[in-house]
Amino acid sequence: MSGHGESFAELPVAPKPPLRRFHQARWDEPIIFELSRPGRRGIAVPQAEGPGVELPASVRREHAPKLPEMSQLHVLRHYLRLSQENLGFDLNIDVGQGTCTMKYSPKVNDLFAKATNPLHPHQHEDTVQGVLEIYWRMERMLAEISGMSRVSLQPGSGSAAIYANIAMIRAYHNANGGEHRDQVITTMFSHPSNAACAKTAGYEVITLMPDAEGLPDIEALKAAIGPRTAALMITNPEDTGVFNSRIKEFVDLVHSVGGLACYDQANANGILGITRARDVGFDLCHFNLHKTFSTPHSCGGPAAGACGVAPALEPFLPEPTVDRVEFDGNERFVLKYPEKSVGKIRPFLGVTPNVVRAYAWIMSLGAEGLRQVAETAVLNNNYLMHKILQIPGASVPWNSRHVEQARYSWQQLSEETGVHSEEIGTRAADFGVHYWTSHHPYLVPEPFTLEPTESYAKEDLDEYAAILAHVADEARRDPEFVKGAPYNQTIHKIDMTSLDDPKQWAPTWRAYVRKHLSGQG
Amino acid sequence: MTHPYIPNTEPGVRAEMLAAVGARSVEEFYADIPAELRLNRPLDLPAPLVAEQDLVRHMEGLFAKNVAGLSFLGHGSYAHYVPAVCDEVNSRSEFLTAYAGEPYEDHGRFQALFEYVSMMGELLEMDVVNVPTYDGYQASGTAIRMACRYTGRPKVLLSGAIAAEKLSKLRDFLSHDIEMVFAPVAANGEIGEVEIDDTFGAIYLETPNVYGVVETRGKELADLAHANGALLVVSADPISLGVLAPPAAYGADIACGDIQPLGMHPGYGGGHAGYIATQDHEPLVAEFPSRLFGIAPTKVPGEYGFGDVYYDRTSFAHREEGKEWVGTAAALWGITAGVYLALMGPEGMKELGETVLSRTRYAMDALGRHVTVRHRDAVHFREFAIEVPSSGALLDGLRDKGIFGGVALDDRTVLVCVTECHSTDDIDRLAAAVKEVLGA
Repeated sequence: MSGHGESFAELPVAPKPPLRRFHQARWDEPIIFELSRPGRRGIAVPQAEGPGVELPASVRREHAPKLPEMSQLHVLRHYLRLSQENLGFDLNIDVGQGTCTMKYSPKVNDLFAKATNPLHPHQHEDTVQGVLEIYWRMERMLAEISGMSRVSLQPGSGSAAIYANIAMIRAYHNANGGEHRDQVITTMFSHPSNAACAKTAGYEVITLMPDAEGLPDIEALKAAIGPRTAALMITNPEDTGVFNSRIKEFVDLVHSVGGLACYDQANANGILGITRARDVGFDLCHFNLHKTFSTPHSCGGPAAGACGVAPALEPFLPEPTVDRVEFDGNERFVLKYPEKSVGKIRPFLGVTPNVVRAYAWIMSLGAEGLRQVAETAVLNNNYLMHKILQIPGASVPWNSRHVEQARYSWQQLSEETGVHSEEIGTRAADFGVHYWTSHHPYLVPEPFTLEPTESYAKEDLDEYAAILAHVADEARRDPEFVKGAPYNQTIHKIDMTSLDDPKQWAPTWRAYVRKHLSGQG
Repeated sequence: MTHPYIPNTEPGVRAEMLAAVGARSVEEFYADIPAELRLNRPLDLPAPLVAEQDLVRHMEGLFAKNVAGLSFLGHGSYAHYVPAVCDEVNSRSEFLTAYAGEPYEDHGRFQALFEYVSMMGELLEMDVVNVPTYDGYQASGTAIRMACRYTGRPKVLLSGAIAAEKLSKLRDFLSHDIEMVFAPVAANGEIGEVEIDDTFGAIYLETPNVYGVVETRGKELADLAHANGALLVVSADPISLGVLAPPAAYGADIACGDIQPLGMHPGYGGGHAGYIATQDHEPLVAEFPSRLFGIAPTKVPGEYGFGDVYYDRTSFAHREEGKEWVGTAAALWGITAGVYLALMGPEGMKELGETVLSRTRYAMDALGRHVTVRHRDAVHFREFAIEVPSSGALLDGLRDKGIFGGVALDDRTVLVCVTECHSTDDIDRLAAAVKEVLGA
């Protein structure tokens, strides 16, 4: 007899059940202020050797900030626990964040990003030739991928790139006698920032609704264009994942009235090396480096955007650009200031760590690899769609062919069970995945949007579809159970109602203490 | 070979999936793309470096072309010390690779960002702080727009002591519908004498300003703004607030700025994120375009849940009818700044401020023996301007000695930056080198 006591289980270990028995970490972690103990420190600071500087009362801080006082281990442990209570791409089958192109961000590229840490953006050109060369090479590669003549890597995100494109559109028209052009046309299935950035820049926004086939209504475009048209801001494929085969007509129509055509390429992952913005006639486009070109999403940034332009827009590019010059037979990379630049969109050249990551990602793939990315993303999507549409109650509106993603509907399931799409997504999270519904307004009822990029294996897609099938089945058998989810998460169902009540909302701990804990010591 | 990043390129699985879908080839999925829009050739890109070690060698070759030096560069990007725990936390896969999950599966992100805004709230003595926007430029632009929308007056008086690059951004972002009027810079480097009337929506001040000068007349400007029904918007560097009064203490209505100094490396401009803060005044909260995260209860006593406060303001909710726009910006840097503030605590922030003040003064004295230091009587934090015969010649000469001596503001003015990372030996070395270069 061993010291292990009596046997209670037998070998071999039984096969895994069909669905993963997931449970998210539940550390029951307090708010960081509740961990504070007076006098503790997380890090020491070098003391001044010389005399202190006496500050005048007008600028001297009177009350020490009530920051937490914690030892280093306790700060680290708190944040590591919070990290475990978060579902990163690296840990889950992240196909549910449709439109966001959740793909593998290679770890080696993080090392390259870190190599930029000590570089100061005001260093003399001579001392940063390596990083400037990466900017220049990256620009050339994106110019080839888009067909555009130049590309700015300055914007900090996709929306910032949309804004930068609108700024260039405005500058172009102002320089060409088009100051009166005060309307921007976009489509309902393009990202809301196309509309919102145009409005911020002072434009009246016209939004084309989908036609009977789910594509932007070309008749509505014909009615909208005219002498006031500054630009069309359009995504293709739109967030529905359907490629608009009449896109060239859209571009030509806008050009026919002197407007510019601007392509939101947030959904470029399925068409890399297949079709290019400039070849359709677009004057401007933008990519999200954190989507198509693999930089990590970082809980919502830092990201990076890239604006491609045709030759006529080059004088308006954000400043500075990185140019290559020949110098005594050597190449040298220099900063240049376009003559009619819109100016700065963000500080310095851009989000350099992400530009470096995206550059390394393209270099690891090449032309053939990018084509494989596109084709595999499209294959994965069509395979997943095939699986999802076998789930009773799930559908895809419009009988269309799809490229890299699809916007689905639980309308039928919801009508039959009373369970809403958000609730199905929350219950799915109990199995270690999640999904996103759709931007507002919900044109597709009870929506969910899946984008299985090239990163996933067939088994991943099978598992994801099995989870949704299981939850849909649960919704039929016990709708209240699904509505009560989650059960296997860090926390349980949240009552969100206070978040819209100014008397109750607590956007910081000090607001929470003032409104809800005052008088309780 | 199956590419290591693309599992389903393996021919067997590919065939299996195509068969399941009932397609003969991937080409069928592209049938909607007209032939005339197709690229009928491979992209013209460099040959791929599929083996990771080949890629590493290539990247190392590029990085080897960069040159390091003893740096006194600032002017919008600052090399403060980054505690190792900051990098440890923001390198975690769970944070680095997450995006936009719901408050359940991404509970950790919501709590970490709530804690970041809460610690910023303590530093700023304000109750509402946004989930970070892109950078300090955007924070200033949006803060000014918020003030103009709130007051219904599209006109702002701006400090003249603003970095030229930031001003470039503000002109692009504001000038089409907001009138920008500039205040003079006084001889002591602070904002000069100003007047406004009831057509102004805001006064915009920066402290420390572009010359490193700490503005001392904040209260007077707040009173002036308020007497005319305008708001005072102050861009303040959060790393100075362990020793300097937060804008709210002298009456500012909106505070804003860049959090890069709070735990982010310069990263050649990659470390930026912007904060915007106000008091908990509903009509002003309504003007935030950014997301705001707040505490909400769950079914279970003792559990903190989180969610979006007043979501109905945003472009996510209402497209162009929302306030400006919201999207992916710089959340991970917010989480990192939270880690930084938790490590530092109130004492750390105070000591850091004292050290920076002291070393800045030490550097001004040391360089003042060889060159003219501008605004010498003003309070300086971290940066100061010197006057030299030729900015370019001085900086070139210093670079030959392995020193990045500062940023040229113009042909004769150089901005020098000193943080807690500079020892007095470093500063003495700079002073000696300046003397040598100018004497040569």
